[in-house]
Amino acid sequence: MTSTATLHRPRRIKESRALPYLLIAPAVAIVAAVVIWPVVQTVWLSLYSGTIRNTGDFVGVENYQTLFADPDFLRALSNTGVFTVCSVAVELVLGVAVALIINRGFRGRGLVRAVTLVPWAFPTAISAIMFRLMFSDPNGLLSWVAYKLNLISQPILGSQDLMVVAAVIVDIWKTTPFVALLILAGLQTIPGDTLEAAAMDGAGAVQRFFRIVLPLLVPSILIAALFRTLDAYRVYELFWVMGNRQVDSLSTYVYEGVRVSQLQFPTGSAASVFVFITAFIIALFFVIALGARRNKA
Amino acid sequence: MSTSTQRTSRATAVAPAPAEPRRSQEKGLWAFRLLILWLFVVSIAPLLWVMRMSLASAGDIGRAPLELLFAPVTVEAWGRVLSDKTFLATLLNSVIIATTTTLVCMVIGSLAAYAFARFKFRGSNVALVLMLMVSFFPQVAVIIPLFKQFVAWGIINNYPAAIIPNIVFSLPTTIFVLTVFFREIPHSLEEAAKIDGATQLQTFTRVMLPLAVPGLLTAAILTFVNSWNDYLFANTFLFDAKTWTATVQIPQFATQYSIDYGAQAAGALAVTIPLVLVVMIFQRNIVSGLTSGAVKG
Repeated sequence: MTSTATLHRPRRIKESRALPYLLIAPAVAIVAAVVIWPVVQTVWLSLYSGTIRNTGDFVGVENYQTLFADPDFLRALSNTGVFTVCSVAVELVLGVAVALIINRGFRGRGLVRAVTLVPWAFPTAISAIMFRLMFSDPNGLLSWVAYKLNLISQPILGSQDLMVVAAVIVDIWKTTPFVALLILAGLQTIPGDTLEAAAMDGAGAVQRFFRIVLPLLVPSILIAALFRTLDAYRVYELFWVMGNRQVDSLSTYVYEGVRVSQLQFPTGSAASVFVFITAFIIALFFVIALGARRNKA
Repeated sequence: MSTSTQRTSRATAVAPAPAEPRRSQEKGLWAFRLLILWLFVVSIAPLLWVMRMSLASAGDIGRAPLELLFAPVTVEAWGRVLSDKTFLATLLNSVIIATTTTLVCMVIGSLAAYAFARFKFRGSNVALVLMLMVSFFPQVAVIIPLFKQFVAWGIINNYPAAIIPNIVFSLPTTIFVLTVFFREIPHSLEEAAKIDGATQLQTFTRVMLPLAVPGLLTAAILTFVNSWNDYLFANTFLFDAKTWTATVQIPQFATQYSIDYGAQAAGALAVTIPLVLVVMIFQRNIVSGLTSGAVKG
């Protein structure tokens, strides 16, 4: 590719106009085939009384009526809601704390940072197995401690409520490092001079944190919250594997409709449309909040 | 208030500690060290405990934690897992699926990222936002139509049925990381290649890609981890141990070796330890990849 420049020139101009579209074509095509078109199909299927094999008859919103009258679905919805709100709230608080710790210079910082990434790298299904072993009754490590501290009086994995709490604990363990990393990135963009100036003006560490650091961290926190909320909202393994199919999240509810019970197929479709629409609304909420902040700044 | 004595020489970005009486500073330092230790222990303790469980005999594993801790060490459980042909086959499936996903995702993703980073074209913003939205998408919303589609294509219960959705849900991160990376490569290098007569595609493959190797490595690691950890797609579209991945197989241990906690523990570790090593080695790439979105976003 040295001295043949002139030979290619006319062709290149034509090439460059279509080229970007050609470059993104494979990505767009596969996303369209695996996400966009299937969503359209799911919406359509949710209006029919079919099974996985045949579509069945048009029934309008009947599937949705069945869905909202199904106590199992309502339970899955409340489980998912409680799980999402609790785990994300705790992860954000802990994430800020861990980010502040890691951000300080100390010996062995690299090692600590690497080690905090370990939980993040765990396959969720595997952490579910590992924690199920530790939650086993009565001698699993965590169950044993909980009994000793009089926190529980029954097997953790035998109670729906306790299983949701257990799922929250595992999620906090697993994804706080991720949140901390996102917040750390925001933390490192805060200019040191600002804080130094505040310190000189006599602001204490606590004051500096709440008046300066935290407000500047809000965009990072919002981004972390967006990622985490939508990820927690689609929780599947922690309920399916750790809860051993006794406790439902929205995702396991849908899964049962597809793979386990043919009778549930139409309501399963309706539930997946519900999950899609509500996830979209949650995402929109965060995007608007982020946009509002950016306009203010 | 005399401010000159308040300056400290610590050059941390956040919260430079104001000069305080030495004793309380020393106390603070110890509290800080304890916090670090706590962080370290919490991150890694479940891994170590499950390791201990995997090294106990079937009789000892059900004992109370303190007795288990000091029980004799044996590799029986590891022997059972590592001689289990089914488990080894699923481990190989995991490698095949994650590797293929990563390779294809890098090709599709780098082409698209190059377009987003270097070309101005109509609809580029819409396409980019669409791609990034995929990362928030609840996967269960598409499993029903995808299931039907994969049956129709004859790839159900076959590697592509897991690979295709894994590619799609890794694309947003890949495209994002690489777009950010390509944008940072100076234009002058491409100009030089152009003057030397390279076509745009040649510029991409011979100039941009080699320079983007660190970015590609980051994106590849994130994709590999993501695909290795997938449970929902493998569990939905693959039916038996011939095709499904280790992540799906290990929870099956719970039924196969109903009370063999040792095998479950050893299996969980066998799947995770390679991943933990990857994370430790490529820590820097992972951190930069995970946070590039948060800072630039």
